[in-house]
Amino acid sequence: MSEGDALPPHLCPVPQRVLRQQQFTSLEEKPQFPGASADFVDKLDFIQPNVISGIPIYRVMDRQGQIINPDEDPQLSQEQVLKFYKTMTLLNTMDRILYESQRQGRISFYMTNYGEEGTHVGSAAALDDTDLVFGQYREAGVLMYRGYPLDLFMAQCYGNASDTGKGRQMPVHYGCRDRHFVTISSPLATQIPQAVGAAYAFKRDNASRAVICYFGEGAASEGDAHAGFNFAATLECPILFFCRNNGYAISTPTSEQYRGDGIAARGPGYGIMSIRVDGNDVFAVYNATREARRRAIAENQPFLIEAMTYRIGHHSTSDDSSAYRSVDEVNYWDKQDHPISRLRHHMLGRGWWDEEQEKSWRKKSRKRVMEAFEQAERKLKPSPQHLFSDVYCEMPPQLQKQQEALARHLRLYGEHYPLEHFEK
Amino acid sequence: MAAAGLGLCRAAVLASGPGPLRAGVWGRLPPLAAGPRRYAAHFTFQPDAEPSAHGQTQKMNLFQSITSALDNTLSRDPTAVIFGEDVAFGGVFRCTVGLRDKYGKDRVFNTPLCEQGIVGFGIGVAVAGATAIAEIQFADYIFPAFDQIVNEAAKYRYRSGDLFNCGSLTIRAPWGCVGHGALYHSQSPEAFFAHCPGIKVVIPRSPLQAKGLLLSCIEDKNPCIFFEPKILYRAAVEQVPVEPYYIPLSQAEVLQEGSDVTLVAWGTQVHVIREVATMAQEKLGVSCEVIDLKTILPWDTEAVCKSVVKTGRLLISHEAPLTGGFASEISSTVQEECFLNLEAPISRVCGYDTPFPHIFEPFYIPDKWKCYDALRKMINY
Repeated sequence: MSEGDALPPHLCPVPQRVLRQQQFTSLEEKPQFPGASADFVDKLDFIQPNVISGIPIYRVMDRQGQIINPDEDPQLSQEQVLKFYKTMTLLNTMDRILYESQRQGRISFYMTNYGEEGTHVGSAAALDDTDLVFGQYREAGVLMYRGYPLDLFMAQCYGNASDTGKGRQMPVHYGCRDRHFVTISSPLATQIPQAVGAAYAFKRDNASRAVICYFGEGAASEGDAHAGFNFAATLECPILFFCRNNGYAISTPTSEQYRGDGIAARGPGYGIMSIRVDGNDVFAVYNATREARRRAIAENQPFLIEAMTYRIGHHSTSDDSSAYRSVDEVNYWDKQDHPISRLRHHMLGRGWWDEEQEKSWRKKSRKRVMEAFEQAERKLKPSPQHLFSDVYCEMPPQLQKQQEALARHLRLYGEHYPLEHFEK
Repeated sequence: MAAAGLGLCRAAVLASGPGPLRAGVWGRLPPLAAGPRRYAAHFTFQPDAEPSAHGQTQKMNLFQSITSALDNTLSRDPTAVIFGEDVAFGGVFRCTVGLRDKYGKDRVFNTPLCEQGIVGFGIGVAVAGATAIAEIQFADYIFPAFDQIVNEAAKYRYRSGDLFNCGSLTIRAPWGCVGHGALYHSQSPEAFFAHCPGIKVVIPRSPLQAKGLLLSCIEDKNPCIFFEPKILYRAAVEQVPVEPYYIPLSQAEVLQEGSDVTLVAWGTQVHVIREVATMAQEKLGVSCEVIDLKTILPWDTEAVCKSVVKTGRLLISHEAPLTGGFASEISSTVQEECFLNLEAPISRVCGYDTPFPHIFEPFYIPDKWKCYDALRKMINY
């Protein structure tokens, strides 16, 4: 292109977070490409991906719960730390009871959170109450931290008439508008670009609200994850991407999921600030999330947090993980590096907890869970009329006809249907 | 042929590196010796009369009527944002010209080249309570977003027990044959989405219809897909009100009353069947009732059935392939509801079960001759 031929304005690239390109000049041989801000090099050399010594893992406590670097102590109050502990252990108790209830055929399906309680509670505590949460399916502790009551967890799992989701979805697909927790859906990673859109809307609103989006290291392989990261960066959205890297996607270990340095290493590829943390260290998770949140809102840019952890439980009640991993491996994490034990050691070390309180809390929390469970089991299911509502905001005529057809059918053949368990 | 050969040779000798924006010596081509000229359209756009009920009107083609609807929306709804590939400079079909300058770069903006991201992002904007208008550059490229549309957008309200929804999402995409679009710039994918409870699918036949229907889609509290017949973007011109007005969704329109045959179509094909109705009257003395379906999902079963009860004969026509095309759904419902009224089997005049071809387009499309022939067979059944 000869000098003097200017591109029309609408075809000029607009630099945003990259350095402004040099003004076009024929004097020096500096790169003018719109696509990258870089210098020339005359030696042929490929960049070697570094997976042997990857991005380091930020932690605050050692495995005995001792703060390693006092500057990093979040200096939370005893009350706050107790809330962390009680939330994690209550979740653990609820998981045990509901897992068992599935094995006994009382609910259809369940997913536990064993080993990942630290990722839920550390991050949830670092958010504002009105920050919007998009989850995948293994983040019940976030909802629990926000005060979602046990009977609503149970109601959803049982699909009873108290379920605010109206019995529409499988267990653990929780949602709560008042607590700003978007209803879970089964397809993986679909929430990622959605979370970015919500963050963009919050930015326009000047709401000082962030969005946090949770997903596993397996879901991060989906195209939607790539889409979400790229959109968040280019559209400058106040969003936290929180990856729970727990080592497995059902039976697929990380060595078969990716070949790079985990998920954190992808962030810089998109222009995203990134960090890797010890997901079993609730204070590390808290610190990273808190700082990321503050900056995401202040600077309107995304942050990627990869929380390293381990999925102690099976993928779900439809999985038996002894088919693909050793019991020894699972026991190591359960016994030697568990977020709950680590926090307990910390609390014991500070004189904030003791054996008496542990015993008393275990008994009390179990009782609470059992009560909620028994109540949930006794309740009726919602009326079959709710099969047809909420497909659209208003019910279209065809659907009304189908609803009437089912009602007529049940009048004739009702004995073959479990109507006695449903509201009218 | 000799002239052509000489011309090309001379051109080669005189060739020097051409500038990017100047045709130069390459612009002087030899005269057209053989082969068909690129053919005229298979339809004649029939404009509707200028409406008097909505105030001042302005001459607008289809893309301008879309711009007008978007302009009205951005003006009245401070949460509304428009995004997609290349929308910032005005869009590859000029539908968003001027909007970024008028409303700001935070409201009219480009996204990266990623349809699943565009729709996913749009869902999120809507979930957060803002009005999201997502553009997919061609309906042919909507498929990467199919999961987000079918598994997410359509099901958001139902699966959450109405705790969450993305009703303020509208997806727009250019649709249908354009004369030379071939496999990937001509598709009419409405049938894929018709099978998806929870979304609405709308296709206008004209600028007047487009503005009113698009505004209704944007207002509608359900996620909507709005397909815009690209061949009409410039070709269709009408007097369109400058102020907003709303045409109801899920209401078909009887464009012409008749007693012998019901003809149903949507989008560009409405103009084809209008011409077929005229041909039928002139050549066969047959009186046709012409219906523009407008909304594919949820569709106006009552209007179509009411018409077939009267006429006894039904012909449905669409560019999309025959098998599994939306005409199948209409045909199936009508034979259930109007079986005893039918004088002849229901006729579907559609694209063949092939990908949309390039050079064979004139043979592929369900033109007025094919529709006329099918109608004739129905009358003589």
